[in-house]
Amino acid sequence: MTVFFYDQTFEGLLSAVFEAYSSKVFPDKLLGCGTPPPLFAINCRSVVTNVQQAERVWSALRKKLPKNVCNMLTYVWLSELEGCDQLLFRYVCKTFDSRHAVAWDFGDDDVLQVSRIARKVAHESMYIKQFVRFQQAADNVYYAPVCPVYNVLPLAIDHFADRFADQQWIIYDTKRRYGYYYDLQTTSEITFLGENGLPAGKLDASLMAEDEKRFQELWKSYFKSIAIKERINPRLQRQHMPVRYWLYLTEKQ
Amino acid sequence: MNETVLEKLKVLAESAKYDVSCASSGTVRRNSSGGIGNTVGGMGICHSFADDGRCIALLKIMLTNHCIYDCAYCINRRSNDIRRATFSVSELVELTIGFYRRNYIEGLFLSSGVVRNPDYTMERMVRVVKDLRLQHRFNGYIHLKSIPGCSNELIAQAGLYADRMSVNLEIPNEQNLELLAPEKDYQCIFAPMRYIQQGMLQSLDDRRKFRHAPRFVPAGQSTQLIVGATPENDRDILRLSSALYKRPSMKRVYYSGYIPVNTYDKRLPAIKQAPLVRENRLYQADWLMRFYAFGADELTDAQHPDLEIDIDPKLAWALRHPEFFPVDVNTADYAVLLRVPGVGVKSAKLIVASRRYGKLTAGQLKKIGLVMKKAQYFITCRELPYDTVQDLSPEYVRKTLAEPGKKKIIGDSKQLSLQFTD
Repeated sequence: MTVFFYDQTFEGLLSAVFEAYSSKVFPDKLLGCGTPPPLFAINCRSVVTNVQQAERVWSALRKKLPKNVCNMLTYVWLSELEGCDQLLFRYVCKTFDSRHAVAWDFGDDDVLQVSRIARKVAHESMYIKQFVRFQQAADNVYYAPVCPVYNVLPLAIDHFADRFADQQWIIYDTKRRYGYYYDLQTTSEITFLGENGLPAGKLDASLMAEDEKRFQELWKSYFKSIAIKERINPRLQRQHMPVRYWLYLTEKQ
Repeated sequence: MNETVLEKLKVLAESAKYDVSCASSGTVRRNSSGGIGNTVGGMGICHSFADDGRCIALLKIMLTNHCIYDCAYCINRRSNDIRRATFSVSELVELTIGFYRRNYIEGLFLSSGVVRNPDYTMERMVRVVKDLRLQHRFNGYIHLKSIPGCSNELIAQAGLYADRMSVNLEIPNEQNLELLAPEKDYQCIFAPMRYIQQGMLQSLDDRRKFRHAPRFVPAGQSTQLIVGATPENDRDILRLSSALYKRPSMKRVYYSGYIPVNTYDKRLPAIKQAPLVRENRLYQADWLMRFYAFGADELTDAQHPDLEIDIDPKLAWALRHPEFFPVDVNTADYAVLLRVPGVGVKSAKLIVASRRYGKLTAGQLKKIGLVMKKAQYFITCRELPYDTVQDLSPEYVRKTLAEPGKKKIIGDSKQLSLQFTD
C-alpha cells in the first residue's frame, strides 16, 4: 500500500496531486503528517507543500472544469469531513485522466459524492445567513456567535459585509475558535485569546447596548404572535430550522 | 421604543399573520454606499420559522388593524371585538431597521386595515416605505399590499419603492366574494393588479433603453386565495390561478386553508379544522403548473373536479394516464421525464446530464435521487427488474402507493360530524 503524508491544507493536497503525477506513484491513502502509518504500508512518502506546484495544479483544474465545479471542490474541502481529501484526490485524478469532462457523470460515485457534499456545505452556509443573530454590544459592535457543522464562515462573510456595510460586526465560530471582524472598511480574521477576553457564547446583559434587551423582547413576542395556533407543526419547524441552531437563536431562548 | 410598541407589535402581528405570502425573492439589489441592507434574489432568505412551521422572512405587520370593511373571512372586520392598535410611521420604521440590523428579518411586509378611505390608508403606507428607502437608505426587501380601491397615483409612487406588491383576491369566485365581502368586488381588485402590471412592463421597457431608468415593482406581484371558505372546487381554483400565471407580472398565487376565525358568521362553513391537506395538494398542483409544465385541465378534469387527498396530483395524473408509461429514462425527453412520479426537476436534469456517459441503472438512479418507491412503476432503465404500471394495473399501484400511516379522511371534511357520547 502506498501512503502519502501531507500537512492537511488545501495547498498540501494539490501538492500531493502534483507529486503523484510527477513521480507516477499514486497513493492508496492520504494521511496527515504525524499520524502513525498503517500496517502493511510499503511505500510511504511525505509531500512537501509547495505553493507554486499547488497553483499549477489549480490552474490546470480551472482550465478543465467550469467555475462552479471548481467552487464545489473548495466547498468539499471546507466540509472537513473524514476522507474528503481522498475523495477530492480521486476526483482530481479522474478529471485529469479523462478526455471528457467528468463533472456531469453523476452515475460515477465520486462525482455524485462531491456534488452531494458541496450541496450540503452550500446549504450550511445558507443556514449561517439565515440564523445569525446579532446582539448589539455597548460599544456599538454587533456580535454573533455561530457553530456550524462545516467550516462555512468564509463562504458567508461577503454576504454580511455587503449587507451590514454601515455597522461594525463580529461573527465568531465558537467551535473552530475563529471569527471575522468588520470595521466599516474591511473584514479581518480574528481569534479571541483566553477566557478573559470577549465571551465565547452569547453576550452578557452587562455588555449589551441599552436598547438590545428591548429589541430581543420585541422579537420574541413577535415570534410568538405570528404563529397560527390552529396550525402548530413542530416537525416542520425543526425540519427548516435544525435544533442545533437553537442555542444562539434569540427567539428560542 | 417604549412599552406601547411591544403591545402594538403583538396586536398587529396577530392581525397580520393570516396573510401567507412570505417570499423575499425576485430582486437582486446590492447595498449602496452608506446604506443598509441588500436583496439576494434567488430563493430569498428565511430568517426564522414560527411554531406553525411557516417561515418568517419579512417583518409581516399591519400599519393598523382598524378597518371600515366587514369581510366575513377576515379577523380584522369592523364588527369583531378585538384589540386594535396603530403604529406611527416612525415607530414602524425604527422597528424595521432595528430588527434588520440584528439579522432577524429580510425586510418588511406591510399591510393595513382600511381607515377612513383607501387613499388615506395607502398614503400612510407609502410614507413608511418612502421613509425607509430615502431617509434610512434601506436596501432590504419590501413587500407592500395595495389597498383595494386606492388611486393609481399612489400605486405609481409605491411601486418605485416596493420590491413586490400584492392585491389579495381572497375568494376565487366573484359572487361569493360579494356575498362575504359586500364592500368589495373583482373590479376593485383587478384594476390595481392591471395597473401594477402595466407599470412593471413599462419600466422593463424603459430600462432596456436607459440603464438607469427607475425600477417599478421589480419582483412582480402575488395574490392569495382562501381555500375552503366557499364551495369552489379545486378545478375552479386551479383554472383561476393558471389564468393568473399567464400574466407576466404574476409571480405567485398563495393558497390559504380557511381557518375558522369568525365562527359566528353563518355565511361561512362550520369546519372543525383548516383543510390543510387540501391546501398542500393545491400547492403541489401549483408547482406542477409552474415548474413541470402541467396544465390546470390535466391535473383536474370534469370527472375529477377535486384533487385527490390520499395521493399527490402528479401520481394521480399518471394513474389516469397509464398509456403514457413506462418511460425509458435513457432516451426520454426532459419534458417527458418531468412527468414521471418520483422524478423532480433536479433529478431529471441529473439524468439528462449523466446518461451521455453511459446507460443508467436502477442503482444509479436511486443514488441520483429518484424516489424509486414511486418511480419504479413508471420507468424502464438498463435492467428491467420491475413490473410497470402497464403490467400491474393503475388500481393496484394506487393501493400500494396511497400514503400509508395516514388515516383516510372519511366523508366530507368540510362538514361537522355528530358527536355521540356513550
